[in-house]
Amino acid sequence: MTQQTTQPLRIGDREFTSRLFVGTGKFSSNEAMRDAAAASGTELVTVALKRANLSGDSDPFANILDFLESDRYLILPNTSGAMNAEEAVRIARLAAAAGLPKWVKLEIHPDPNYLLPDPIETLAAAETLVKEGFTVMPYINADPVLALRLQDVGCATVMPLGAPIGSNRGIETRAQIEIIIEQARVPVVVDAGIGAPSHAAAAMEMGADAVLVNTAIAIASDPAAMARAFAKATQAGREAYEIGLGATSSKAEASSPLTAFLNA
Amino acid sequence: MPTFSEKYKTLDLDRPLDIAATASIASVERILQQGRARSLEEFAALLSPAAEGYLEPLCHLSQKITQKHFGKTMRMFAPLYLSNECVNVCKYCGFSRHNDIPRITLELETVEAEARILHKQGFRSILLVAGEHPKYVSNGYVEECVRRLSKFFPSIALELGPLESERYQPLVAAGCEALLVYQETYHEETYRSLHTAGPKKHFHWRMDTPERAYAAGFRRLGIGALFGLHDWHREALALASHAEHLLQVCWKAQLNVSMPRMRPAKGEFEQVEFLKDHHFVQLITALRLFLPHAGITLSTREPATLRDGLAPIGITTMSAGSSTEPGGYSSFDESTFQQTREQEGEQFHIADERSPKEVAAVLARLGYEPVWKDFDQSLVRA
Repeated sequence: MTQQTTQPLRIGDREFTSRLFVGTGKFSSNEAMRDAAAASGTELVTVALKRANLSGDSDPFANILDFLESDRYLILPNTSGAMNAEEAVRIARLAAAAGLPKWVKLEIHPDPNYLLPDPIETLAAAETLVKEGFTVMPYINADPVLALRLQDVGCATVMPLGAPIGSNRGIETRAQIEIIIEQARVPVVVDAGIGAPSHAAAAMEMGADAVLVNTAIAIASDPAAMARAFAKATQAGREAYEIGLGATSSKAEASSPLTAFLNA
Repeated sequence: MPTFSEKYKTLDLDRPLDIAATASIASVERILQQGRARSLEEFAALLSPAAEGYLEPLCHLSQKITQKHFGKTMRMFAPLYLSNECVNVCKYCGFSRHNDIPRITLELETVEAEARILHKQGFRSILLVAGEHPKYVSNGYVEECVRRLSKFFPSIALELGPLESERYQPLVAAGCEALLVYQETYHEETYRSLHTAGPKKHFHWRMDTPERAYAAGFRRLGIGALFGLHDWHREALALASHAEHLLQVCWKAQLNVSMPRMRPAKGEFEQVEFLKDHHFVQLITALRLFLPHAGITLSTREPATLRDGLAPIGITTMSAGSSTEPGGYSSFDESTFQQTREQEGEQFHIADERSPKEVAAVLARLGYEPVWKDFDQSLVRA
C-alpha cells in the first residue's frame, strides 16, 4: 500500500483513513471475500443482512459475518432485499438487536432487476431510523434534492450511485454528483457502478469523500489483487483532489506565460 | 393491461419460429457482438441451427452476464413434498390420479421431521410441493405447514395447484416469499391432450397464475416449461415471451425460469422428442442473453456430470439431494446418503443422487460459493 497522506474521513463518531469501502456479495467464497477486504485496506465493509444469521446463534450455513473481524472493520449492515421502508426498518432493528453496529446502509429497491433505490421509501425509513439512533447511510439515485432532504433528516452520509449496481459503467451521473458534492454538509460516498480503478479515482478527484466497490472486486479473477488496485486508485484520486487539480480549459495556456514580466 | 393468457391468444409465434429455423450466421454474430438478445426475434435466432456453431462463445458470454448480475454464487434450495394426493390426470406425471402409487399427505409432525433433516443438511431455502387435492391439500393445511417451517427456513416457496389471488394472501402473510407454477406445455392443443381431468386442464387459468400470485404479494415468481411434451423451439419462445410479459407487469418480483426435461415417472407417457444436451445448453444461453436478470433454476432431474457442466454457464439456483416423494428425506441414511427403501410414491426419479454436501463441494471447486441463506423472514413478517 502507498503511504496514507490524505486527510482522514469522519462519518458519525468514526474516523477512517481509507476512503475505499467494500461490499461482501458475489464472491466465489467467503475466504476470497475476506482476503479481498484485507487487501483493500478498507476499514468499512458492508454486509447484506439477508445473508447473515440474525438469531444470535452460530450457523455454519449463514456465517458470512464470521469471516470479518469486527475490530478491524466497521461492519455496515445493509438492508438489501427490503422493498419498502417498513421492511428496511424492521431488518435494521433486528440487526441491531443481534448485536451488530447501530449503523445501516439503507438500500430499498423494489425492482429486483436494476436494484435502483426508491427515493420515497428511503426518505421515510431514514427519518425513522435516525430518530431511533442509527447512523444512517442511504443508497440513492444521484438526486441532489433528495440528498439535501436526507441530510435534513439527519443521515450521516449520502451514497449516490455512479451507475446501476453491478453495471461497471463508471460515473455516468457525474453532473448530478457534482451538485451533490457541492451542496453536501455530510460526506458523499459514490456507491455502485464503479467498475474500474480509474472510475474510483475519477470519483475521488471530483471530491467524493469515499467510494464503495463490490462487483468489480468480487468477480475479478484475482479479487485481492483487484482490491489493491482499487485502493491505490482511490488514494491517488483523493491526493489529487486535496492538492487541487488544474481547471480545464478549451484554450491553450502556456505553462510559462510570456506576459509574466508585466506583473513583475 | 391484458394478462399473459389474453396476450397469448394473439401472439404470433410463427415468425420467431421461422427465425429459429432459418437464422443466419451473421445474425447470431451480431447478437454476440451486442452482448444480449434485445427482442424475441433475436432470442429465436439464438435457438437456431446457425447458433449451434457458436455454443462456446455463447456459453462464455452467458457466464459473464450471469456473474455480473449474480456474482460467483449459487443459491441452494431443496423441495419438500407435502402430499402426492392429486385429482388431476396428467399423462406424464407420477402423481396422476390413475397411477397406482401409495398416496400420502404428511402429518405436521412429519413435515417438521423432514424440515429438521433438510435444515441440518444446510438448506435455509425450501420449496413446498404438493399435488392438487381440495381435501388433502387445503389452504389451511399449507398455511400451518408454512407457519411451522418458517422457524427453520428464512425463505419458503410454494409449488401447488393454482389458486385465486385472495387464497394466496394468507400464505404470503404466513411467510411465503415465492410461488412457482410451470405451464408444462405452452401448446394449447397438446396441453389439452395431456391434462384430461381435474382443474389442471384449464390452460389459461394456469397461465395467469403468476400474475394472481403477484397481486397477492409474492415477491419471487417461478415459471417454466416441461421440455419433452412439445417442440422445444415453440416452448422456449412461449416461455421467453411469458417471462418478458411478467417482467413488465410484475416489476417488483424477482423472476426465475426453469426448463425441466422429462424424466421417467409412473405412467406410460412417451415424450415427443428428447431435448438433446447441446440444445439444452443452447437454450440456457439464449435465455440468459434475453433475460440477463432472471434467475435460472436447475434441479436434480439432470445427471451430476451435466449439472457440473451447466452450473457455470448461466444457472443461479440449484437443488441438491432431492427427494420427490412425501416423507422421502426420512428414508435417506444420513451417513451414506443412500436411500433405505424404495421410493414408490415419487413424482419422478431424480438423476443427480449426490448429497447436498457433495454438490456444495463441487460448486466450490468450480469457483462458486453455495449460498444457503439469501433471504430473511424479517423482510416479510413483523
